Amino acid sequence: MAIKAQLFITCLAEQFFPDVLKRMVGLLERLGVQVGFPEEQTCCGQPFFNSGYRSQARDLAVKWLKVFGRTDGFIVSPSGSCVDMVHHHFPQLFPPGSPKHRRAVDAAARTFEFTQFLVHQLKVTDVGARFPHKVAYHASCHLLRGLSAREEPKALLQAVEGLELVPLPGEETCCGFGGSFSVIYPEVSKAMMEAKVRAIESTGAEVVAAGDAGCIMNIAGGLQKAGSPVRAMHLIEILTAGKGAS
Amino acid sequence: MTQTPATIDFRRNTQQVPLQMPAAVQKATAKFLGTRAAVVDALGNEYWQVLRQAGHDIRLHAITYIDHYLAQAEQAVTRAGGQVHWARDAEEARRILLDIAARHRVKLAVKGKSMATEEIGLNHALQAAGIRVLETDLGEYIVQLKGVGPAHIVVPAFHLSKEEIAALFRDKLGVDAPAEAEKLTQIARMKLREEFLAAEMGISGGNFLVAETGTIVTVTNEGNGRMCTTVPPVHVAVVGIDKVVPDWESLTVLLKLLARSATGQKLSCYTQFISGPPRSEAETGPREMHLVLLDNGRTRILQTPECRETLLCIRCGACLNICPVYNNVGGYAYGYPISGPTGVIFASQILGPKLAGTLPFASTLCGACNDICPVKIPITRILLHLRRRVVEGDESEPATAPVSLRLGAWVGALALGSTGLYRLGSKLLRRLQAPFVSGGWMADLPAPLNRWTMSRPFPAFAADFRQWWRGRYGKARPE
Repeated sequence: MAIKAQLFITCLAEQFFPDVLKRMVGLLERLGVQVGFPEEQTCCGQPFFNSGYRSQARDLAVKWLKVFGRTDGFIVSPSGSCVDMVHHHFPQLFPPGSPKHRRAVDAAARTFEFTQFLVHQLKVTDVGARFPHKVAYHASCHLLRGLSAREEPKALLQAVEGLELVPLPGEETCCGFGGSFSVIYPEVSKAMMEAKVRAIESTGAEVVAAGDAGCIMNIAGGLQKAGSPVRAMHLIEILTAGKGAS
Repeated sequence: MTQTPATIDFRRNTQQVPLQMPAAVQKATAKFLGTRAAVVDALGNEYWQVLRQAGHDIRLHAITYIDHYLAQAEQAVTRAGGQVHWARDAEEARRILLDIAARHRVKLAVKGKSMATEEIGLNHALQAAGIRVLETDLGEYIVQLKGVGPAHIVVPAFHLSKEEIAALFRDKLGVDAPAEAEKLTQIARMKLREEFLAAEMGISGGNFLVAETGTIVTVTNEGNGRMCTTVPPVHVAVVGIDKVVPDWESLTVLLKLLARSATGQKLSCYTQFISGPPRSEAETGPREMHLVLLDNGRTRILQTPECRETLLCIRCGACLNICPVYNNVGGYAYGYPISGPTGVIFASQILGPKLAGTLPFASTLCGACNDICPVKIPITRILLHLRRRVVEGDESEPATAPVSLRLGAWVGALALGSTGLYRLGSKLLRRLQAPFVSGGWMADLPAPLNRWTMSRPFPAFAADFRQWWRGRYGKARPE
């Protein structure tokens, strides 16, 4: 029986990186996964939760759980922070023992970030991509520390034909996005982003890859502003490049 | 003298960070993180994680049964001949110190490094009472000369260069000071030596308070702290009630964690154990020893289960060193002597959301602090609760965020929570953005989004996945 995966597309990826989502569908299908898309889905509530608006976050979580609760199979998302929200914060929103809490825990157990889904559920690291470029990897905070995905993204990148993974100084240092942080404290966000851009440029990489739309918006914008030739890409764009492109 | 703490405007403070500050801070923190990593590696990560868990459990146990251990500590200190004072708040703590000083006609007090005395603004109070008070930790001595507070909880003057310190010494001490670390230290040592001998009172903090024997533990590297607690005839230690640990076995675990996390040492140069004043004429040391146990909002922190672990902190400073926000603004931007992630969660609660409501947001929630903390304080989880406290209020504090923000969030959540409105919004945004978009980017957006575009362009809204999916699979595709 085919493995089923429901797409959890996330607001930022939907609004700014729709191609990442289309490529993700292509790659999953090529790997034999039956992909579903619960169309009623909206936001998981992460921006509200992280800014302290717990009751709004709870409302959105209830809706999310309703939409995905009707589905079966895995739930897969191209965003570390949104999956971290489902894994670690949804259960905190409801009293332990309540039906909603149980639903949150059940949903968390079947929700996976994309790279972890490939490596741990599908047991794939070589997805048949070809990308003959120098790539630096930026470890997105919630993917790295929220979901403990230190190795998976790099294992996937390293298996890409022609790809040269160059070490990024301060790979695990936050890029300064931080959701609302970027507009609440723009000066600090800017300093952090510029430090990240300088680090990326110091590697001589042609591309910087990351696994969360927020970081990519921030880093890509910074590179654009600096007039840098380095491109910021989502991991999925690289994993679907070249010979196995869909 | 009463000090009314001012409202902390973190953004304004970050706008006033001196240009050279971030680089100076980063140079120092990189050094500390490097030495820390080496000693942690030497122990092995697996053992380190065991130690961290033990440290966490010991500290959590201590603050959970804090009433029991404090009573035990009080008895032990009293039995050993020390005098114990309880200070409900900063005001009370200052008054206790002033009374002791007045009784002994103190004109000069020397101080070892202590964040608790910074917290209660002790120096101002003593000076206002006509008492000269001198910081003797080299870093504290330097920042005191400069007329500022500590920029870091472990290394207060670490952001200043040798040249800056030499200039300061020339200016304030009137000596010929070359920009050489050793010479500068010598100058400070000469100046301080006279003061230790002249002082009528020595003031210290305490890194730990061992309940079973009533022992005050101080962890230092210069030995000046020890001079403060041994040379003057009266010693007063100001210790937060959260510093209590059950016994010496617990202490050994915490000492192992502290020096490694703070300065990358296995043990600091001086680890001092003070168990009361001398017991006989033959023993030397201050004839009188006082312990001031400071609450100042700590029991309130204990009342909120989500925030309780704030008090596990052993003030090692590792979370400051690793924090990308701290590294870009330095300590002063936090507007409180205890800065960085641990300072944010502490100050936000001690001062309350009215004064410190901007602090819980001074983090990207990147979580590096959680991972480096030697006693595993879930700092970001506490930050999230404190943000909620600002926005929604909780059992202990009413909401302080402006109504307009809360209304905005309510409207936003309503729109995002409805699939229809969400889709409509996606479409509208793609239309509305047209005048701003060029080459896939929006370089300048109106307020408040200009807070983003002041630093980098905003990507164009491009949502078309739903249409793509419909086009590919039609409406009937099962989920």
